[in-house]
Amino acid sequence: MKVGVLALQGDVREHISSLIACGVDPSTVRRASELDQVDALVLPGGESTTIAQLAEVFGIYSQIKNRIAVGMPIYGSCAGMILLADEILDAKQGQKSFGGLDITVRRNAFGRQVDSFESDIPFADGSSDLIRAVFIRAPWVERVGEGVEVLATVDTHPVAVRSRTLFATSFHPELTADHRIHRYFIEEVARPALEKVK
Amino acid sequence: MAEVTGTARVKRGMAEMLKGGVIMDVVNAEQAKIAEDAGAVAVMALERVPADIRAQGGVARMSDPDMIEKIQAAVSIPVMAKARIGHFVEARVLESLGVDYIDESEVLTPADYENHIDKWDFTVPFVCGATNLGEALRRINEGAAMIRSKGEAGTGDVSNAMQHMRKIGGEIRRLSSMREDELYVAAKEMAAPYALVKEVAETGKLPVVLFTAGGIATPADAALMKSMGADGVFIGSGIFKSGNPAQRAAACVKATTFWDDPKVIADASRGLGEAMVGINVADLPAPHRLADRGW
Repeated sequence: MKVGVLALQGDVREHISSLIACGVDPSTVRRASELDQVDALVLPGGESTTIAQLAEVFGIYSQIKNRIAVGMPIYGSCAGMILLADEILDAKQGQKSFGGLDITVRRNAFGRQVDSFESDIPFADGSSDLIRAVFIRAPWVERVGEGVEVLATVDTHPVAVRSRTLFATSFHPELTADHRIHRYFIEEVARPALEKVK
Repeated sequence: MAEVTGTARVKRGMAEMLKGGVIMDVVNAEQAKIAEDAGAVAVMALERVPADIRAQGGVARMSDPDMIEKIQAAVSIPVMAKARIGHFVEARVLESLGVDYIDESEVLTPADYENHIDKWDFTVPFVCGATNLGEALRRINEGAAMIRSKGEAGTGDVSNAMQHMRKIGGEIRRLSSMREDELYVAAKEMAAPYALVKEVAETGKLPVVLFTAGGIATPADAALMKSMGADGVFIGSGIFKSGNPAQRAAACVKATTFWDDPKVIADASRGLGEAMVGINVADLPAPHRLADRGW
């Protein structure tokens, strides 16, 4: 399985390290030709407005949308969650997302940087162990559509969601040494989806 | 499920999210919007850009809270603001306004010529300037969660930024090649804490994100700094002191992402109009050099 990390802006390096720890050999994706080479994609943390804009300017925006439509497995953390959401609240005027995940997210919902926090939360992957979740100017999910599974919450707000091949967290597992979230994406989201295609 | 704010991971992590991006100096809400639309990852709210501080002289201080709040209300990206070196009350004020990052900056007139702010004591993260590795590690030891190499702000002359990026990179490479028993003296010589010196020697990089600042005025300047190992760039006077700020800002964002692709940088550089006029750093008398402030 070839996994790419969208490398237009954000904490690309951390996602690369987490993916390597999960036994995959990731590559960075900035160009359309590089996107063609990968089976699954990670959208990193960063500024969602910047990433969406660069994707559009460099002609990879509609291509990612097309790949989402044909079932490419994608994981997005924080800004990546915003980029996967069908609807964004508190967005910059005219802010675009790739969409595909039938959720409404609120940007910076937990507040400004002084409100950024870390916490141990349960994650519904079958293990009862808590996961260290790091929230940085993080969004939360305000509405989930039909078929969207909520895998983690903070104060009743969904912070990890999945719908078929799309998976998103409003926290940053790539900033910790616990690779459970990335492993979940590879083993439970991406691998089954790609095997079905074969 | 205890929620902890202000941890080193949360502060340093915020800077990780800015990597590969451009942070732009803005003096009002209108400029902040232009910066956001151009793809800036954050804006630095200040009353006068460094070129004007340099031209007008006088004591440069923290910006008016009203002005900072207007900028916060105008954009959805992070808003940073500057406090004077050692002025921990200005920093408390900025923290109370909810700015996302504080720049303890040599561009403002220092409030303390011996001590910097004890940055561990704050929930808001700090970025500090450095001209060499020892200075960077002293700032990190005081709690800085992000470092920017200093350049000569407000000049449009990139040579100082270049010099400091080379210096910091060179010193990191030197530590990495040392025997472990030589690191004690290395720490003494660079006046930096041994634990941090050892960490840099082992990992081959700073423990926090390293941006660069000062004198960056063109897309090629931004790409040059990325090529030198900067995680991203601050652009101060270079954008809003130029002929076509919106276009230049967007061009610098593109060049920062595709720093290794000369064709993209060439396209981004076309038809930008006048760059800021600029001052050669060599023509500045030593007492007027901002990068020398910090200890």
